[in-house]
Amino acid sequence: MMKKLFVPLALVTAAMFAYAPIAINRVPLESTMLLVQKIFYFHFATWMALTTVIAVCGAASLIYLFQGSKIADAYAVASAELVVVFGVFGLFSGSLWGRKAWGVWWQWDARVTMATMLVMVFLGYLMVRKYGGPGSEKLAAAMGIFGAATAPFVYKSVDWWRTIHPQTSVVRTLGEKFPAAWDLVLFCSTAFVLLAVLLLIARVRLEGMRNELDRMYLAAEDE
Amino acid sequence: MLNMVASLFFAIGQQTPDGFVPVTGAPAGEQIPAAPLVIGSYAFFLLIMVFYIWTIWRRIGKVEADMRSLERRQSGSK
Repeated sequence: MMKKLFVPLALVTAAMFAYAPIAINRVPLESTMLLVQKIFYFHFATWMALTTVIAVCGAASLIYLFQGSKIADAYAVASAELVVVFGVFGLFSGSLWGRKAWGVWWQWDARVTMATMLVMVFLGYLMVRKYGGPGSEKLAAAMGIFGAATAPFVYKSVDWWRTIHPQTSVVRTLGEKFPAAWDLVLFCSTAFVLLAVLLLIARVRLEGMRNELDRMYLAAEDE
Repeated sequence: MLNMVASLFFAIGQQTPDGFVPVTGAPAGEQIPAAPLVIGSYAFFLLIMVFYIWTIWRRIGKVEADMRSLERRQSGSK
């Protein structure tokens, strides 16, 4: 099923990413931030993809911890890696945007700081998996669950602690205030979520192959 | 005489404003250019994705090579 879906999904995603820069170039400039606001279309979409993979990691970790499913563990580790990849890009693009909009590369703003901590939790997850030794899967699963539980706090941080980052209402009201930007945000978010799904399928395949290799080594030792 | 004093007063006033004075629209030379930041952001995304896909491809290749090597060893020992 996944194998059959992979190629058509990859083609659709590639076409969307090829069209995205054209659409971003065409969309009108925002009135206050002008050109630099165009970072928003990939920046926001990245966090949508990140939210998707965080949800997968949390659910898969929960299933692995209580049911011991190997496939759930494969999804958990694959999605944790993707959280770090998308998180790094999200923070980097935010920094570039902040350089122009706030005048600084970095700001210890509530949202930015919490998002950094979130990425670090998943970086910790990967380190536990790599260097934790036997049984580290269960410990990492607990980290995955708590990492996922942190995500809603990161989302609401801009409303609870008013600092410099735009509030969540900016996106909620985008549809009525700037319809062209809203359509493009939806388009880019869909492209990013599809990309996240594709990378997840490829990464889960790698994990499945590693499990198969371990099984082959054990079988060879028994013989 | 009065004119001289008045012009001197205004000149001093213009040279040393008392505290910060706001201006509308910073001069072009003082603005941070946006284009390199926007292009940099999209270029970094492209780089990070190409790099990540390459790492997955490389890791899959390594596991496949290990599998083949194990299969060869097993068939050789039989």
